[in-house]
Amino acid sequence: MGAGPIDGWDRAVDVLVAEASHGRFWAASGAAVESAVLGGLVGAVRWLTTPLFPEDYLSLVNPLWCGRELRGRIEAIHAETADAATLVIRPGRGWIPHKPGQWVRIGVDIEGARHWRTYSLSGPPGRPDGCITITVKAVPDGLVSRHLVRQAAPGTIVELAGPDGSFVLPEPPPRRLLFLTAGSGITPVRAMLHGLLTPAAARGGAKPRVADVVLLHSAPTSADVIFGAELRALTARFPNLRLYERHTRTEGRLRPGDLPDLCPDWAERTAWVCGPAGMLQEAEEHWAGSLDRLHVEHFRPVLPRAGGEGGRVRFTKSGRETDAEGGTPLLIAGEDAGVLMPSGCRMGICHSCVGRLTSGQVRDLRTGQIHGEAGDLVQTCVSAAVGPVEIEL
Amino acid sequence: MATTARLSHADVEEFGRELDRIRDEILASLGKKDAQYIRGVIAAQRKLELGGRVLLFASWLPPAWVAGTAALATAKILENMEIGHNVLHGQWDWMRDPKIHSTTWESDIVSPSAQWKHSHNVVHHTWTNVLGKDRDLGYTLLRVSPGQRWHPVYLLQPIYNVLLALVFEYGIALYDLEVERIPAGDKSLKETSTQLRAIAGKVRRQIVKDYLAFPLLAGPGFVPVLLANLTANLTRNVWAHTIIFCGHFPEGAEVFTEEQLEGETRGEWYVRQLLGSCNIDGGRLLHLMSGNLSHQIEHHLFPDMPSNRYAEIAPRIRALCERFGLSYTSGSLARQTGSVYKRILRLAFPGPRQHAEPAAPPAPDLQAVI
Repeated sequence: MGAGPIDGWDRAVDVLVAEASHGRFWAASGAAVESAVLGGLVGAVRWLTTPLFPEDYLSLVNPLWCGRELRGRIEAIHAETADAATLVIRPGRGWIPHKPGQWVRIGVDIEGARHWRTYSLSGPPGRPDGCITITVKAVPDGLVSRHLVRQAAPGTIVELAGPDGSFVLPEPPPRRLLFLTAGSGITPVRAMLHGLLTPAAARGGAKPRVADVVLLHSAPTSADVIFGAELRALTARFPNLRLYERHTRTEGRLRPGDLPDLCPDWAERTAWVCGPAGMLQEAEEHWAGSLDRLHVEHFRPVLPRAGGEGGRVRFTKSGRETDAEGGTPLLIAGEDAGVLMPSGCRMGICHSCVGRLTSGQVRDLRTGQIHGEAGDLVQTCVSAAVGPVEIEL
Repeated sequence: MATTARLSHADVEEFGRELDRIRDEILASLGKKDAQYIRGVIAAQRKLELGGRVLLFASWLPPAWVAGTAALATAKILENMEIGHNVLHGQWDWMRDPKIHSTTWESDIVSPSAQWKHSHNVVHHTWTNVLGKDRDLGYTLLRVSPGQRWHPVYLLQPIYNVLLALVFEYGIALYDLEVERIPAGDKSLKETSTQLRAIAGKVRRQIVKDYLAFPLLAGPGFVPVLLANLTANLTRNVWAHTIIFCGHFPEGAEVFTEEQLEGETRGEWYVRQLLGSCNIDGGRLLHLMSGNLSHQIEHHLFPDMPSNRYAEIAPRIRALCERFGLSYTSGSLARQTGSVYKRILRLAFPGPRQHAEPAAPPAPDLQAVI
């Protein structure tokens, strides 16, 4: 408890060291003083607001003035296709600019209960209005995605966690790129395309940064292509971008075997692939010999509900216990037992949900493999109990 | 006495199943409206507190002093009862909002949340009105049941009960320490000193806030602000004491022995919670200000059900009790308070002789409530 003046100075020193190590000493001293004054002030005011924090009162005025939790406000919602929409979100103080291709964790209250999910940021950083965008496709049994696309309204406050993910372009980007996407897998790639193409255009467009981009995108029909009109316009504007749309309802699925026809030099390009699990698996097999040229991003859960016997799970920090079935992820078991479980993508990618195992073993629901030793950090969203389990959550 | 003596085992279990059905139905229907309710109460409480403290900067004006003190006392009561008590019961955990969660909440009373949750949620709600087990006041400090052996010290209980009301939050904090377990070796001195330090930390913060920082900020208004804050804290203490005593000690509340709890089924547990609790009749304001402990019966049957739903199920519980011939004790605040004080006064003296053993059922399935 207690962000006291000491914390304020600690933070100030941290800021000073971090900034000074980049050679920005004057900026550093300014930031350090600001941080110390602010920290000291918060510490002093905290004596007046105990047991609450000053921000608990400040957020009565503006919900985004919340220092310990990052929040955002949905400013606008634009329909992209019949079942996809882009949400423009204004993040509160403390948002760190993302890299194109990264995702953000977002916590949404639906019927009073909070649900966390991860979505790719669909635009490049540095929007003039300071907002970020995510583009969500409503999946049939997706509680959160359907809510965001169909029910959410501008003005809604959402919880955010900083951007993360390694599905990003290196700096400088390679000369020749191949993007292979399907469905809402276009969203991180759209952010990358803008990062690649439009900064060059902004500088006069004389010297594009990238020699050659090929985008192979699959969607059921032309109308289902998220950002379809924009992608086509970009293709018309930038000769170095080539777009191939595969309309799978009429043309069937795109197979790795189709690659040489569509992009004869695919093997010389660095590829970024984002789509359903089956597509990623095929890509990984296809690029087996040169995996260093392949980057993949999952965006939909595939949880084989193959489970074993399950067991009694004890959440040591919150002091709750529950009987979990062998096919139920610890995350769900904990949430149902009223534990404040950290969570994110719910499919074993983002590692937001990890907890330290104190005793017992867990089954990885993706592979069926049983593992775990005391002290291991396990991903609760893809791990189920195998016998009695204790976890520090 | 012993209403349950008339009930067959099958009836008790059917009664329990009916209650389970009500519980499942309500918990399944929790949603946006409930979330808006608790967020609304929290926001109103914070605004009221801010308003009160601001008004007190003009506390040299008597009307400002009165209005500021009233606002602050009201805010402290809301924080303590409708918000703190119920959040710490886990009533709002289903929202998964870390700001309104039993594992993160810290209340504006001197008991550290973790200690309070143990002695209240675990000990009191499990062992409700069981002699020698329910430590929820009374059973150690006060004589509230003829089943407790009389001692001359109880002659003073009408007086020290009033003193206890004034410093109620400190009483609860010390009570949570369970010092009587130390001599028997049930509890180590080290654990006790760790707990004491946690209490001291909260006491220090409250004293600095209410009796130093805000008075100092008021400058020349130091004394009136200090007195206002003191009044608000005392008011909250007396109010909480009154509501809590009205919940378990008026005429009609039954007391149980440990033997009765052996092999207690879920149905029997429900019956004991019902017979050991008393409601206070009143309007919505009373329910709000009492943290819905005016629905003490509903609260004891379903301690983790959001409090805003108790009023809705109360008529159904009452009807259920009528159907099974179980007593459902309720009365006005004045009547219940009078009844409590009468009992404390009467039991300060020896006797009365007990005629029959109270013959209610009980014991656990206790895990089900913890």
